[in-house]
Amino acid sequence: MHASTQQGGSTGHLVNIDAVMQQVAEHKGCGTTGGSGKASCGSSAGQNDLPPEIWEKVKNHPCYSEEAHHHYARMHVAVAPACNIQCNYCNRKYDCANESRPGVVSERLSPEQAAKKVLAVASTIPQMTVLGIAGPGDPLANPAKTFKTFELIAQTAPDIKLCLSTNGLALPDYVDEIARYNIDHVTITINMVDPEIGAKIYPWVFWEHKRYTGVEAARLLTERQLRGLEMLTERGILCKVNSVMIPGVNDQHLVEVNRAVKSRGAFLHNIMPLISAPEHGTVFGLTGQRGPTAQELKALQDACEGEMNMMRHCRQCRADAVGLLGEDRSAEFTTEKIMEMEVDYDLEGRKAYQALVEEERVAKVAAKAEELAGLEGADADISLLVAVATKGSGLINEHFGHAKEFQVYELSAKGAKFVGHRRVDLYCQGGYGDEDSLATVIRAINDCHAVFVAKIGGCPKADLTAAGIEPVEQYAHEFIEKSAIAWFKDYLAKVASGAVTHAPRGDAAIRQGALIVAA
Amino acid sequence: MAFKIVASQCTSCSACEAECPNVAISEKGGTFVINPKKCTECIGYFDVPQCVAVCPVDNTCVIDTSYPRYQAAR
Repeated sequence: MHASTQQGGSTGHLVNIDAVMQQVAEHKGCGTTGGSGKASCGSSAGQNDLPPEIWEKVKNHPCYSEEAHHHYARMHVAVAPACNIQCNYCNRKYDCANESRPGVVSERLSPEQAAKKVLAVASTIPQMTVLGIAGPGDPLANPAKTFKTFELIAQTAPDIKLCLSTNGLALPDYVDEIARYNIDHVTITINMVDPEIGAKIYPWVFWEHKRYTGVEAARLLTERQLRGLEMLTERGILCKVNSVMIPGVNDQHLVEVNRAVKSRGAFLHNIMPLISAPEHGTVFGLTGQRGPTAQELKALQDACEGEMNMMRHCRQCRADAVGLLGEDRSAEFTTEKIMEMEVDYDLEGRKAYQALVEEERVAKVAAKAEELAGLEGADADISLLVAVATKGSGLINEHFGHAKEFQVYELSAKGAKFVGHRRVDLYCQGGYGDEDSLATVIRAINDCHAVFVAKIGGCPKADLTAAGIEPVEQYAHEFIEKSAIAWFKDYLAKVASGAVTHAPRGDAAIRQGALIVAA
Repeated sequence: MAFKIVASQCTSCSACEAECPNVAISEKGGTFVINPKKCTECIGYFDVPQCVAVCPVDNTCVIDTSYPRYQAAR
């Protein structure tokens, strides 16, 4: 469904960061409550920032809570191959096993196979709490398969949360059915509310036996998306809105989209970078439409944050992804393998495991709160980014050289805030080796002042330092936020004493290609 | 008389199968095929052939020239 790459040369105008930053300056800060009363401060919001009934819904949903995504896993089952619209960032023909992005899967499942797969995964990964249907087409263009799958899973694994992700065209027709199956999380991809802009993103939609094109198609789509969103929120179903940021097409416009969806009760807004590598064969890939840089994306997300919760931890995963958001274990659960697996659905065992996860989580939050003390008086002008190598659980527990991605935290007098992640795994196409991989990492985290790792070798350490990024090993296997705040306090002390001079860093590249599956 | 699906272009997304008013489309060998005996080019049902309208890959559902064009009974 969606997907971007910076290929050096770029087309489309540059995002006007100044204009966006102006909006940031004007925004009234966190905690704004809109018509829905749902908005609070960031998707990283914890228990204290959300109404209890909402917290109950999101606390173990990795896509709806940044905090939860360190601990809980999700899976998608690819039961919905058909689609009812065409997007310029999607090419349904491209299907590489090493590719990780929406709209791509290795094999399609029947509802029965999907139900078996969910049980197999739930038995193997006890922290898997969410089952989503996200394609590879549109779930609501395959209603029979989609709802049959939900029905089977609700019977056999009643503790698993159900969610779906749709383009919204068929949504108004299925809201009642969605409610009936207790699907309490729905994601709608909304890239525009202006049909003129929509016409540049969607070549056509298929609705009521007819193909519509151009502005007419986009008008139909936006009307039905927004109506669907209203109908869902009226029923108390939590809605996330995904938007693909396409520089020069809808980048500025997404601020308007953000207002439109917030006023209709959306809970969370996920602005994702366009994936448009030419080898994907999408229209945008072929026309050379570039995706945003890391700082362009962050500036837009920051601009929208005053309006509502922003999701920044989306990994733009495949329609058959399995595992924590930063990992993909789908290769362990092919149809062939799951049909051979002895599945014993141990509900009590899952509960016990998840109770341990909750303990770990509470300890992490407490550690962060403790470390925050003493930061109040910090220099309010200094804010910087740091990268973290983690395998999950909210810990600095990954070796630099093994990291497939780095999580990025913004440190300021307010504390540590998750603001994104950077993939650093290599493309399956061309041009890589050990020497290049380090350069890739440096490009991806070039806007960071430091990188926190469990361990790092001598050579990369020297190269990072030369690039102005401090490798930090001293917090190995400790909590991310607590450690980052502790490091930041030291950094501020060094700045105050004149030992270091604080200087801002440059931009970084968003790198998205094939996810290399670990051997 | 009928449409056909160019197998090398079919993504096997199944969108056409559900739209066909004649139930003429089914999966065969990993892609979808149209039964020419059942296909009416959607004449009598819709203004445009549904498989053509819903197919995500242009020029994949095309007229099969080995059959005469379908003429609806009038």
